[in-house]
Amino acid sequence: MAVIADLLVQGGQMLVVLLLAPLLTGLVRKMKARLLRRQGPPLLQPYRDLLRLLRKEAVVAENASWLFRIAPYLIFAATWVAAALVPTFATGLMFSWSADLIVIVALLGSARFFLALAGMDVGTSFGGIGASREVMIASLAEPAMIMVVFTLALIAGSTQLSTVAGYMLSGGVGLRVSLGLSLVALLMVAIAENARIPVDNPATHLELTMVHEAMVLEYSGRHLAVIEAASFLKLLLYVSLIGSVFAPWGVAQAGAGLAAYVIGGAAYVAKLAVGGILLAVFETAIAKMRVFRVPEFLGAALMLALLATLLMFMTRSL
Amino acid sequence: MTAVALLLICIAALLAISVGAVALARAKAATLLVYGAACAASAAALAIALWHVIAAAGESPAIVLPLGLPWLGAHFRIDALSGLFLVVVNLGGAAASLYGIGYGRHESAPARVLPFFPAFLAGMNLVVMADDAFSFLLCWEFMSLVSWALVMAHHRDAENTRAGYIYLIIASFGTLCLLLAFGLLAGPAGGYGFDEIRIAAPGSALAPVILALVLLGAGSKAGLVPLHVWLPLAHPAAPSHVSALMSGVMTKVAVYGFIRIVFDLLGPPEWWWAMVLLFFGSISALIGILSALMQQDLKRLLAFSTIENIGIIFIGLGLALGFGANAMEWAAALALTAALFHVFNHALFKSLLFLGAGAILNATGLRDLDKMGGLIHRMPVTAFAFLAGAVAISALPPLNGFVSEWLTFQAVLVSPELPQWGLKVLVPTAGAMMALSAALVAACFVKVFGIAFLGRARSTAVAEAKEVDRFSLAAMLGFVALCVLAGLLPGFVIDAIAPAAELLVGARLPTQAYVPWLSIVPVAEARSSYNGLLVFAFIAFSASFAVVLIHRFATRAIRRSAPWDCGFPDPSPITQYTGGSVAQPIRRVFGSLLFLAREQVEMPQPGDTSAARFRVEMRDLIWEIGYAPIAGIVGYAADRLNRMQFLTIRRYLSLVFLALVGLLLVLVVWL
Repeated sequence: MAVIADLLVQGGQMLVVLLLAPLLTGLVRKMKARLLRRQGPPLLQPYRDLLRLLRKEAVVAENASWLFRIAPYLIFAATWVAAALVPTFATGLMFSWSADLIVIVALLGSARFFLALAGMDVGTSFGGIGASREVMIASLAEPAMIMVVFTLALIAGSTQLSTVAGYMLSGGVGLRVSLGLSLVALLMVAIAENARIPVDNPATHLELTMVHEAMVLEYSGRHLAVIEAASFLKLLLYVSLIGSVFAPWGVAQAGAGLAAYVIGGAAYVAKLAVGGILLAVFETAIAKMRVFRVPEFLGAALMLALLATLLMFMTRSL
Repeated sequence: MTAVALLLICIAALLAISVGAVALARAKAATLLVYGAACAASAAALAIALWHVIAAAGESPAIVLPLGLPWLGAHFRIDALSGLFLVVVNLGGAAASLYGIGYGRHESAPARVLPFFPAFLAGMNLVVMADDAFSFLLCWEFMSLVSWALVMAHHRDAENTRAGYIYLIIASFGTLCLLLAFGLLAGPAGGYGFDEIRIAAPGSALAPVILALVLLGAGSKAGLVPLHVWLPLAHPAAPSHVSALMSGVMTKVAVYGFIRIVFDLLGPPEWWWAMVLLFFGSISALIGILSALMQQDLKRLLAFSTIENIGIIFIGLGLALGFGANAMEWAAALALTAALFHVFNHALFKSLLFLGAGAILNATGLRDLDKMGGLIHRMPVTAFAFLAGAVAISALPPLNGFVSEWLTFQAVLVSPELPQWGLKVLVPTAGAMMALSAALVAACFVKVFGIAFLGRARSTAVAEAKEVDRFSLAAMLGFVALCVLAGLLPGFVIDAIAPAAELLVGARLPTQAYVPWLSIVPVAEARSSYNGLLVFAFIAFSASFAVVLIHRFATRAIRRSAPWDCGFPDPSPITQYTGGSVAQPIRRVFGSLLFLAREQVEMPQPGDTSAARFRVEMRDLIWEIGYAPIAGIVGYAADRLNRMQFLTIRRYLSLVFLALVGLLLVLVVWL
């Protein structure tokens, strides 16, 4: 019986992230439009976009290889699995032990690896420019992320995300300098990884500053839909991650009753909404950076995260 | 018969093949015969070594052959550590021989490769089995010389001659350092057997000197920065299956030498040794991969990436020493297991990648990335194998490279319990360097695969390439299968490493084979666990779920059309991104400091029809600072001393007399 309940929670988690991800993106877009005094697309527009794309035929370049056609599914699968391993409304997920935080980071790395390759497959200059910039951004964002993971793991004594979230919830943590530093670093990494302003602009096309959009330029139809879904999932993953570690309130513990799960669900949706709104405000308030300023931005994130880890190595109390 | 005796028979067979190859080399069937026989001998040796490891036979009694020093003989023995490395050596050897059956047919000078190839395999086996200092050094030097001969196989190429020259100098220097190290280890009594050395552990005053000498000797062979300069020259110069052996296996033999001396023979470690290893490991990792990113030559790029992996192995070894010095045996076992796992992994994927590079070389005659492109259409199987190798080396789950990286990170995470402040600062920094280099490896292999296999063909040779022969494909696909297996079922590899860890640091990781669901749990489940099999199953399930759902309920219509490229597709393939342009953002970020990279754009004046030029200048600071001055001094001294060559006999005689008097005076003063 307990196994079935666990399976249900895990399955529910996978479905929840998949279903909520477009809504979060829709919310960010709507908020950004409202902040600019535009009406903006409806909240549900991303769902409609996905469905429309799914029904269209895929136009594939003549010289595209098999990798081009399977990459979207691999990217989607890796991102979805990573997103499903982050506690959303409940900790103690059934399969959380199969992969810890380092694995989640590495799964996102796998998705990016294939995305960059897919960008280079057709042999167009836009694909190349996107891929080369993406790997440059990742080469700084990923170590920063690993350092954040180190700090969290040292504080909680575990790299398991469920254990970390449970430890943060237990209240024995208190305010710590290292936590503050890693929160800042994690936010910076999240912005870069999700191709948000000021690192990249998710809304541009035909502009030499674009990174993510340049890589997926050749995709259309269902392939594009799957890649878009993966990027929605990635945004949701980072908001859930920040929520579950730095704002763990309301998360249901493993084996809690139905009421706890309902509260957990409500708290999770509230966290997503707050995260989305904050992101929209931040993106509206700040300007896009030149590409070669991005390394400085991410280098700062790496240094902050390394500083946090060093602090944890020096004294366990800071 | 014991495992040692059986293995010695296999090695004798390899040496016999080598002798036979000298006679046969000009015959038509020589390639098939020599590589086939070498493959069989290596496979037999692999089976024996595997049996030794799996049956956990521990130590086999030593065999003493009446060779070498008359009062010492040549001792050979297998224990848990050498068993592991024998598996690595013979696995690489068997696969490289199999590959050679096909690849060797295109060899322009088979007589320069065939006799040395089996001897090289034999030499590496012998180093790992040697149980006394004399045979160890002898076999080490034999291995170096035979590999030098293989590097010089295509000696008409001036670049190869230079590579061989530098390799020979640094290899001799390395052996000299090891010779001195063993001299100090043996002490004045002169017991050269490893068992005698183990008992007579050197004092605390001598141990650091020996450590430094071993770092110079074994580190130069393994390719630790700054002793790596020969490696990116020599490894690519050899035929590709030999490159695979040199990068995938011979560097591991060097790591074996380091572990054998420092962990086994040198006695209890001191904590600051870990600092030295962590420092050199991290700079090797970072400099290795950044240099790899800057390369256009595929094989040289792979050689630089070997330096990065050696750095990661040495970070693991350094952590193990640090924990061992502080009596944290279980943590030392974790770090050592991570390092040894990475040894195994790197042997798999680096050999695979070099074989892939060889396949491209065979099919197109090219090593220059910027002339390739679109090979995935012409060589689909090679492309698949190379992609698997690229994913594995980039430490992406669920393949094997990720597991050893994950274990090393876990070892870093237990190190705040170390008491020394130096380690508290250096360990997280080394962890950060490792994370940074791991991300750069992914960037590097996006570049390699994207430029070589994806996009459009940049030269006619590539556009007309044909898939390579079946033997080569079999060797590559075998490595792919092993990479996948070691990634999905890492528990079995960890269990195989456990006896070696127990032997060297006195503790082992908990047995993993019985953990439910075949996860790996290095310390405790609450702390960390990873299940490659389940992650793979999840990814496979989610991907196929998406495919089935979309194809069933949405559409599966597909239309081929011209590339979109924002409406301006350029028909010429030379407008594609090249390797240099993919690496350009990273060169701008890291290169200006490390390589003093400068970019120059030469724009013609308006109205001038000459082409605009873009030039990148990069400098090799390690060569300029560390090696060029020494080369300059040696050259200067040689010039001065050259005069001594043309003296009269009287002068020579007086010189001899003076030297004699001088030496006698020294003797008088000394006594």
